Amino acid sequence: MEGTQPQPAAAAEPPARPAVGKPEGPVAAVLIAAGIGALVLGILTVWAEASVGFSESLAYNDRVGPLSGKTIWAAVAFVVGWVALTLALRRRRVDLMKATVVSIVLLGLGYLGTFSPFFRIFESE
Amino acid sequence: MELTTRDFWGLVHGIGLGGLFLVAFAGGLAGLYSLKPGLVTESGVADRMRRLIVGTTTMAAVAWATVITGTWVVYPWYREDEPTSPRSALLASPDTDEWHKFGMEWKEHVAWIAPMLATAVAVIVLYYRQDLIRNQTARRIAMGLFVAAFVTAAIAGLLGALITKKAPIT
Repeated sequence: MEGTQPQPAAAAEPPARPAVGKPEGPVAAVLIAAGIGALVLGILTVWAEASVGFSESLAYNDRVGPLSGKTIWAAVAFVVGWVALTLALRRRRVDLMKATVVSIVLLGLGYLGTFSPFFRIFESE
Repeated sequence: MELTTRDFWGLVHGIGLGGLFLVAFAGGLAGLYSLKPGLVTESGVADRMRRLIVGTTTMAAVAWATVITGTWVVYPWYREDEPTSPRSALLASPDTDEWHKFGMEWKEHVAWIAPMLATAVAVIVLYYRQDLIRNQTARRIAMGLFVAAFVTAAIAGLLGALITKKAPIT
């Protein structure tokens, strides 16, 4: 037929876009590590409230009391989690939205565990 | 007029580092918000990125400095086992004990989440740099974390200010 020009296949249906840019792994690592740090802080806070013995074992410094152990371990969990996840994910393409959802869940539990009306429910007699 | 060691560290923790945190947050948030292809020219991105890196890394460093000075320098004076310490004074009366049980107990724990969030934001900005303008998902995640870090620090800061007004460290 005159006037009809064949269209290249690629123009009719573009190929799926390959993933471009830097891998998201290192960003996913720090997102999830922040959640891990918060979660550890929340768990230690609730646990220390429930057990006097455990609370005393966290008092690495007499002046600061149990808060010293809780915050040291939370910071250690954040840093170790960050380093470990970065090593594991550094070259991987990761869905950042999924990593964010995981981080939000962990952070949510961390916020809950550090909320005084919540952790006081577990207060030991 | 005399400024004691305790006054000095209270000011460093609450006003100095707190004020710097606020400035870094405002600058960082404005930088992150405006990092959109339609709003910034190519040449403008490089300049904006420098300020964004400074703003977010400062905020992360200040957040860590705030919780460390708060926990290891100021908090021991608050919780001294003496009848005149702020903690003892607040717990001595049923009218004020919730300032410690609710306010201080929440503040001293939740504040430590802020530096972790602020660090995550700084890492995102340092990792993507100029590419952040092309990765709007990462930019939005960074903004969300940035606001969460600020709200967390603001809760701790507000409670700290109110508790200090009720029972100052002397």
